[in-house]
Amino acid sequence: MSGKHVAKDQPTTFEFNEVNLKRIQEILKKYPPERKKSAVMPLLDLAQRQHDNWIPNAAIKKIGEILEVPYIKIYEVATFYTMYNLAPVGKYFIQICTTSPCMIRGSGKIVNLCKKHISEKEGKLSDDQKASWIEVECLGACVSAPMMQINDDFYEDLTEETATKIFEGIKSDKLPKPGSQKGRVGFEPNKRLTLVKN
Amino acid sequence: MLQDKDRIFTNLYGDFGRDIKSAKVRGDWKDTKEIIAKGKDWIINEVKLSELRGRGGAGFPTGMKWSFAPKEVKPGRPHYLVINADESEPGTCKDRDILRFEPQKLIEGCLIASYAVNANACYVYIRGEYLAESKILQEAIDEAYKEGLLGKNACGTGFDLDIHIHLGAGAYICGEETALLESLEGNKGQPRLKPPFPALIGLYGCPTIVNNVETIAVVPTILRRGGKWFAGFGRPKNTGTKIFCISGNVNNPCNVEEEMGIPLKDLIEKHAGGVIGGWDNLQAVIPGGSSMPLLSKSICETIKMDFDSLVEAKSGLGTAGIVVIDKSQDIVKVIARIARFYKHESCGQCTPCREGSGWMWRMLERIAKGDAEVAELDMLMDVTKQIEGHTICAFGEGSSWPVQGLLRHFRTEMEERLTHKKNI
Amino acid sequence: MPKVKVDGIEVEVPQGATVLQACEVAGKEIPRFCYHERLSIAGNCRMCLVEMEKSPKPVASCAMPVADGQVIYTNTELVKKARQGVMEFLLINHPLDCPICDQGGECDLQDQSMKYGVDKSRYELNKRSVKEKYMGPLIKTVMTRCIHCTRCVRFAEEIAGVPEIGAINRGENMEITTYLEKTLDSELSANVIDLCPVGALTSKPYAFEARPWELTKTESIDVMDAVGSNIRVDTKGWEVKRILPRINDEINEEWLSDKSRYACDGLSKNRLDTPFIKVEGKLKACSWDDAFKYIAENTKGFTGDKVFGAVGDLVDVETMYMFKKFFKDVLSSDNIDFRQTNYFIDPSHKVNYLFNTSIARLEEADLVVLVGTNPRLEATILNARIRKAYVARKAKVYSIGDVGDLTYPHENVGSSLSAIGDILAKNGKIYNSLKSAKKPVFIIGESGLSPNGEYVLETIKKILKDNNFLNNDWNGLNILHQNASSVGAIYLNLLKSNFLEDLNNDTLKVVYLLGADQIKVKPVNKFIIYQGTHGGLNSKIADVILPGAAYTEKQGLYVNTEGRVQDANKASFPPGNAKEDWKIFRALSDVFKKTIDINSHLILRENLFKEYPIFKEVDELPKSEIDSLTFKNVTPVNGNIKIADFDFYFSNIIAASSKTMDECKKAKQILQKTGTDN
Repeated sequence: MSGKHVAKDQPTTFEFNEVNLKRIQEILKKYPPERKKSAVMPLLDLAQRQHDNWIPNAAIKKIGEILEVPYIKIYEVATFYTMYNLAPVGKYFIQICTTSPCMIRGSGKIVNLCKKHISEKEGKLSDDQKASWIEVECLGACVSAPMMQINDDFYEDLTEETATKIFEGIKSDKLPKPGSQKGRVGFEPNKRLTLVKN
Repeated sequence: MLQDKDRIFTNLYGDFGRDIKSAKVRGDWKDTKEIIAKGKDWIINEVKLSELRGRGGAGFPTGMKWSFAPKEVKPGRPHYLVINADESEPGTCKDRDILRFEPQKLIEGCLIASYAVNANACYVYIRGEYLAESKILQEAIDEAYKEGLLGKNACGTGFDLDIHIHLGAGAYICGEETALLESLEGNKGQPRLKPPFPALIGLYGCPTIVNNVETIAVVPTILRRGGKWFAGFGRPKNTGTKIFCISGNVNNPCNVEEEMGIPLKDLIEKHAGGVIGGWDNLQAVIPGGSSMPLLSKSICETIKMDFDSLVEAKSGLGTAGIVVIDKSQDIVKVIARIARFYKHESCGQCTPCREGSGWMWRMLERIAKGDAEVAELDMLMDVTKQIEGHTICAFGEGSSWPVQGLLRHFRTEMEERLTHKKNI
Repeated sequence: MPKVKVDGIEVEVPQGATVLQACEVAGKEIPRFCYHERLSIAGNCRMCLVEMEKSPKPVASCAMPVADGQVIYTNTELVKKARQGVMEFLLINHPLDCPICDQGGECDLQDQSMKYGVDKSRYELNKRSVKEKYMGPLIKTVMTRCIHCTRCVRFAEEIAGVPEIGAINRGENMEITTYLEKTLDSELSANVIDLCPVGALTSKPYAFEARPWELTKTESIDVMDAVGSNIRVDTKGWEVKRILPRINDEINEEWLSDKSRYACDGLSKNRLDTPFIKVEGKLKACSWDDAFKYIAENTKGFTGDKVFGAVGDLVDVETMYMFKKFFKDVLSSDNIDFRQTNYFIDPSHKVNYLFNTSIARLEEADLVVLVGTNPRLEATILNARIRKAYVARKAKVYSIGDVGDLTYPHENVGSSLSAIGDILAKNGKIYNSLKSAKKPVFIIGESGLSPNGEYVLETIKKILKDNNFLNNDWNGLNILHQNASSVGAIYLNLLKSNFLEDLNNDTLKVVYLLGADQIKVKPVNKFIIYQGTHGGLNSKIADVILPGAAYTEKQGLYVNTEGRVQDANKASFPPGNAKEDWKIFRALSDVFKKTIDINSHLILRENLFKEYPIFKEVDELPKSEIDSLTFKNVTPVNGNIKIADFDFYFSNIIAASSKTMDECKKAKQILQKTGTDN
């Protein structure tokens, strides 16, 4: 057991790009002027999106300078929350929920498929360097279990067939539409007793 | 069964548009200005009459919570309303549907609640993984601004309100209201010591009311149809309608809005299409999200789904996230996986939870494999008791109760496994 | 005041107190790890749980405010079980390496597990292991032992003002570290070692040196600056093994600067342990008799204005008194000065040269104006009080003179003396802050008193008087001295005008350097006597060296910048042939056949007290006699205040001889060079 994996190879500098610098100004407007620290999380997210889905130490320092917050405080936040990657991940970053509600609906099978299609080891890049996968805790889609998240998108109501299709799609950069892979809109039951659509 | 005319979330399944026009057709934003004109006292009183209890898990009476906000706003100490949309309790995914299909209900509720507690700023803290939902809500907020329902003189009430979305980044603990406030302030999500309570010293040290998404989203309908109407469902102190999430080994996993106190068996059998393999294949049910102790099949036969009935059965309604576990599952492994969840999500701040949650998980893993002594079951129970009630926040209970539930209802099976060293 | 019942005992405690404090008032001991009186409340260790009536769960007493009518129990079965539970959790991942842990014998975890734990572990799984973290040359880390109380995190942020320690990751993977494992950039850093309740943070220089029970503990006073921090000197045999702070709320609370704590290895390096005389340009060891004879021969006929005595920075009152007596009785001279650089001192009235606000009341200040001083380096402990004022009441801090980094926000208003004139003329930022201030303080450093010291002093006096902040209720005038000997020397009136100019003219024939290492003397046509403890630049130019005793090796009085007299005890012995300094003067006077008739330290003190009763008031602040203070009109001058460079880790001969201080200085240089970029 250990804490977050922090990349050994770190870029020496990090600068927010023009678009993001503007976004930072928008983000800061949400919070009282003397509470700039509130923007730590949105800025970490921006940095991650700008920097191939992981946050280098130089970005932590940059955010500290922008928000006038001690670096260690930002580092604490970056290591506390699971969504911040402090080391490179795949272009397709697959997160499979394996918490009990997904587990009892077969998330283990999806994990096995990942091992087969992506990489044998959790957190390791696939042979084509395109994707990596990890097990994560509950993503809040228990009624459409098993499910996984690829980058920002949820893929729900998975079966081994649909999951395989998705993993194959990754190889050809053609992913199916996110959402329920059984065609559900939300968490409606297959057979409606209530709010029957007119 | 609750009739469709009494359902609050008429677009729970996303059948209709989520845009503001469609929402208005469904009744949102009707007479909001008039409702607010009736004044704070009337609003709070009506919510009290409805006996609405918080839908986020703890079930605290909402009207009472609002009444804790100071009556006057002191200079330099603005009030805040914070909406807890950090839905992370395993088994629970109801707020997600409100965010994506009924965002205007939430926004309208925010305006009314903010007015009632004197808050001119409202933050909606959404778990980071619900990025799509946060985008939908942002669109809905933008629409509301455009229609003059938010911002200066919101909805023509003379009252100003701004709503901001703040995204989490993967931490279950941020669903705890003070951890959420810490996170909103740009810190690690570590719960604060209470007292002081957020109603007096909350976000940025100012008076803050924190409510769950569902709680706030039902308020406009309650005020339109009357607190008494809402209180007419269920039984005293366990009133109203409620969204139940039914997941796990059922034929039709679904969310459904039902009357408080509906029999669990009805939810499973009628709405969720029954247990896979039939009712007799049922092993246990977690009735209120992962932190609530599981119920054995015999209890499931008759239990009614409301706060007090479930407490009597030594469990709780929690978030009403129902996880159905059939006999094909290794129940020890299911709970061990929950224990692993809590180990992973412990913020690490206080001793019993930081050290105890990992210990429980590791013991359960060994017990699942049959690689332990029977005496360790007592020790495991002991460890849960050493965590429970000794921590800064309710996470201590959340992590120890499911283990206690397992020991309470499946001790015989566990003893047998350990005696015969099965599953090694 | 709320009344609460603790185990049936009714106690009254102030509003705002915690249940833990109420329990202590009732005489009940409450175990704790994270709680510390001087840090914010974390409430995370859960060791202090007590039972409270009407509360379904036990409550953390450290965090629970008292309310009238509370009924508390500290000795019930529930409390006992709760403590045992917490203790067990703390120990499951704590290594059982007490035999090789330097905290052993003074470990809170050890002590409390004896009292509140159970005798054996039920945990049979592997323990967690955590990688060591680099935190600089003073702090040794064994992070596997950490119990995550976060005292160090809170200290760095709140007291030291350097938020550089944090707890990263979460849950059972939580780890304490500095950002990217950098040296903690603080002169107070080693206090985290004292604060750490376990052996996670221990003393690197003291690693494996001794067990606490082997050490002789002597209460004493620190001399590394003019603050007069209270210390405990731990010795094993002759050697000073370590120095720890003693609690004194009036001065250092329970903190100690890294220099005061760790320069002590300099006590055994580079020492003068025998007399020397210069033979053919080279210093040669000799006997005391030879040295004394040599002095008598070479100073014959030189008295009065032909001799000069320079007092160094670490000299105690008794030594200075004997020095003065020696000059007066033997050499018929008053030519002594304690200053080694030229700055202005007006000895005519105590208020003119003391830190009048007092260190303790500094934390009441709402406006702080630094005039030619860097308190962070010159008086680290006092600086922590300024930070306290900033933390508690957002005290505004201005600096006249470029002060560099402090541990709190401050505004530099430039270096021009006109900044002071502006305040007097009711202009400018500082005046605007002064207008609304209730308790302003002006702190004038040695750099502020040179070269236009009189103008600076008198103008600030006038500003304070005009605004009614120079009275018996609030005296905002403060002189911050840098040296432990300074105020004692002023009390003894060891001042001479124009001493620096006279020092190098030809009429001066004999210079007696009493531990004076910083003064610049041209060794031409002069007979130079150096009496001191360490070999330094000035001992090298001396014709005679007389080895004296360091502050830990003799009993002596020191007067801090507040004018507070404190008694330092003898913890060790001077090395080799070195002698306690007063004895040297006694013996030397014999050689001159003008015997000073003082034969014991006791008699020395009696004489001192008779002649200067002010030294009798040990530990007390001097009485304010502000009504008799006089004011002068001085003509405005143009000029700048330049804060002299201050080499914190090498600021005196002991520190400069210390290997540890050398390491600290190097670590600081690396930090300054690389910042946090690695």
